[in-house]
Amino acid sequence: MIILFYLSSGLFLGWSLGANDAANIFGTAVGSRMVRFKKAAVIASIFVIIGAVVQGAGASETLGKLGNISTLAAAFTVALSAALSVYWMTRMKLPVSTSQAIVGAIIGWNFYTNNPTDIGTLTKIVTTWISGPLLGGVFAILLFMLVKRVQKKVSLHLLYRDAIIRYGLLLVGGFGAYSLGANNIANVMGVFTGSVNLPVIDLGFATFNSTEQLFFIGGVAIAIGIITYSKRVMETVGNTLMPLTPEAAIVVVLAQSLVLFIFSSQTLSDAFQSIGLPPIPLVPVSSSQIVIGAIIGIGLYKGGKEIKFNILGSISLGWLATPIVAGLVSFFLLFFVNNVFKKDVGANENSPVQEIVMKIDSIAESAIKDDTISLVKEKQDITVENTVSEKPSVSTKKPVDIPMVVFGSLSFLLLLLVIWFTIKIRKNKQKQNRLLQNLENKYSLKIENFEISLEDYKVKQNDLDKELKFRQSEMVTMAMNIIQKNEFLSSLKSEIIEIKSSVKDPEARQAFNRLSLMISQNLSIDRDREKFQMHINEQNSNFLRILSEKYPSITENEKRLTVLLRLNLSSKEIASILNISPKSVEMNRYRLRKKLKVSPKVNLSDFIRDL
Amino acid sequence: MSLLFKNVKELVRDIDEFINTVEQGVLVFKEGVINYLNDEKTSFAEKLERINYLEANADKLQRKIDDEFLMHSILPQNISDIENMLDKIDEIIDISKDNLYQFEVEIPYFPEEIVQDYIRLTNTSVEAALHAFPAVRTFFREPLKVKDILTKVFFYEKEADRISRNIKRKLFHEMDELQLSQKIHLRYFALHIETISDKAETLADMLSIMALKINL
Repeated sequence: MIILFYLSSGLFLGWSLGANDAANIFGTAVGSRMVRFKKAAVIASIFVIIGAVVQGAGASETLGKLGNISTLAAAFTVALSAALSVYWMTRMKLPVSTSQAIVGAIIGWNFYTNNPTDIGTLTKIVTTWISGPLLGGVFAILLFMLVKRVQKKVSLHLLYRDAIIRYGLLLVGGFGAYSLGANNIANVMGVFTGSVNLPVIDLGFATFNSTEQLFFIGGVAIAIGIITYSKRVMETVGNTLMPLTPEAAIVVVLAQSLVLFIFSSQTLSDAFQSIGLPPIPLVPVSSSQIVIGAIIGIGLYKGGKEIKFNILGSISLGWLATPIVAGLVSFFLLFFVNNVFKKDVGANENSPVQEIVMKIDSIAESAIKDDTISLVKEKQDITVENTVSEKPSVSTKKPVDIPMVVFGSLSFLLLLLVIWFTIKIRKNKQKQNRLLQNLENKYSLKIENFEISLEDYKVKQNDLDKELKFRQSEMVTMAMNIIQKNEFLSSLKSEIIEIKSSVKDPEARQAFNRLSLMISQNLSIDRDREKFQMHINEQNSNFLRILSEKYPSITENEKRLTVLLRLNLSSKEIASILNISPKSVEMNRYRLRKKLKVSPKVNLSDFIRDL
Repeated sequence: MSLLFKNVKELVRDIDEFINTVEQGVLVFKEGVINYLNDEKTSFAEKLERINYLEANADKLQRKIDDEFLMHSILPQNISDIENMLDKIDEIIDISKDNLYQFEVEIPYFPEEIVQDYIRLTNTSVEAALHAFPAVRTFFREPLKVKDILTKVFFYEKEADRISRNIKRKLFHEMDELQLSQKIHLRYFALHIETISDKAETLADMLSIMALKINL
């Protein structure tokens, strides 16, 4: 039972890993409704557990090399520190990774217990933090190229393509979950392997040692995280993080899975060594950062226009901030657990912190001893102040290790800085809230006034609407008159030409010629239309300006049509004015709809009037 | 493997059957109009019965396809476009049936000298629709090739417009023996027949946009 209590911090870390990182695997699939959440959760849970039990040892061993935490209390504290750091940084909306948090927390333990930090192992780990996203990007580019090539060569029915993508997402998701379990279980249970020793379970067909049992428990915690909380993350964060097509999503998840697999497969590492290559470092890496690397890779392949490069800055900040914060939290929590609860956290006897603690203890003890002696001997002349004043003389006997004090002070200062920063942010928020409240109060009165004047405006608006309708009909009548007049003049002219051909009298013919000329001068259809157009443009100048600003690609003809639609004219009326067929008006309306990106459900005239 | 794609296979078959049904409906419409114009009453009645059956079948298939798409969330990113497209295809058979019934209900009188024009209009208008269906099939298999097929739809639609215009001109300018009411009546039937190609054009416009979208 006590073991379960100690494991609780690791289980919490596992739960949060499952809740957040499952979105990297099934986020797009679930977000785009290609895969149902239930199916995704079941597959992810099963494969995470299998991956953790079967292949989790490699990365865990590397963490052990970084700091072999030997006591349960220390393991509990380190995992708790990582979990708290992840939780706090997530709340502060800072980029965070469980892998980096656990490494920072272990280093914090190393510092506290004066255990040496293996620089070689640390370098190996830090290198994978950078090479992980890079490798993810490279894999994504290569896989995306392959997918595009296959798509070009194989012509599949859309529905078959959809089904293949669907199964692909499930298959790749399963592999992703397996790799996530294999690689990231070290974050969850890695710190406990040195301190928890469970009896071997023999099932007849297979035996499970202590580490495998621990990894199984951790895997179950991740699975619970996936089932209980990842749906929300998948439907929100999962979609915003990866606004990708399903094909691209497969590529991203596969690239991520491959990287996680590579950094956790002992067999692959051995195979590398057998052909003379250096072994692959088996290290827990951040799945979110690999996903970002993969998305950037695809973005670069597509030309790099859509890439948000500031995301790289946030990854770098995560690399620095997460281990530092986790390390500090771990250091102070260990101090607390060790000295308040008096739990063994595996500190060496010659640990500087231990020395300081021992010194303080001895001072306190000697002070108590002195007090007791003085009380027994009833030497009233020796006061409590005198005994306290002896403290410096004790401390001068054994000088404190200066680098440790410097480190401690710096850490303390850093913690203070972080606390100050948090308080400042909170105060700023409160200030902003107060300001907002003031503004709301100030403007509530104004709103009331506006509401009254709005009523007046509504009445005026009604009058204006009536006037507008009158002017619209006036304009239509004007246009109709122009056209009817032109039609009448045209027919008159052809009538005159016909009569003229039958008349032989030269004077009469001349008179007819003059008459025909007069009609021709009046019959300038284009000029009249131009006039009408000018009139309309003048009346709608403001609207046309807004239209051109909003849709720069709109043509003059389309502008003309938009203005006529704004006047609420029917297609038939527009056809008469523009001298085109109603069908052409319909077609133009259709094209305009496409250009203005108006959904088929929305009425085009309403949309234009609301512009 | 075949078990994995069982649902897909069925859906593909349903879509193909739906397109085939509408295609048959359009052909029946064409034959029906020709039967009417040639005064073949029995055959015309048969065509009416047939188009009625085909239209009902198309409706049933469309509902089934819609359900399948929604139930299995197939092509979630393109589902609304595909449903709209299916609506447009269905509209073609709906309008074909309605138009054929107009002949049965209104019993328009076609003078001998204009019958051939109407037959030509029917053939051309139906041809536009018949070229839209292969484009729909191609959209599901090779979206990039859709645009090439659609050019024929646009061509036949324009041709149908032109023939219809000529018919109207002939009716109102040359056929003085007809009363105005008869002319107007016949004009409406030219419009009815022309609608098939108009609907095919709408479908073609939609297909060309969808093909672009799916290739993005």
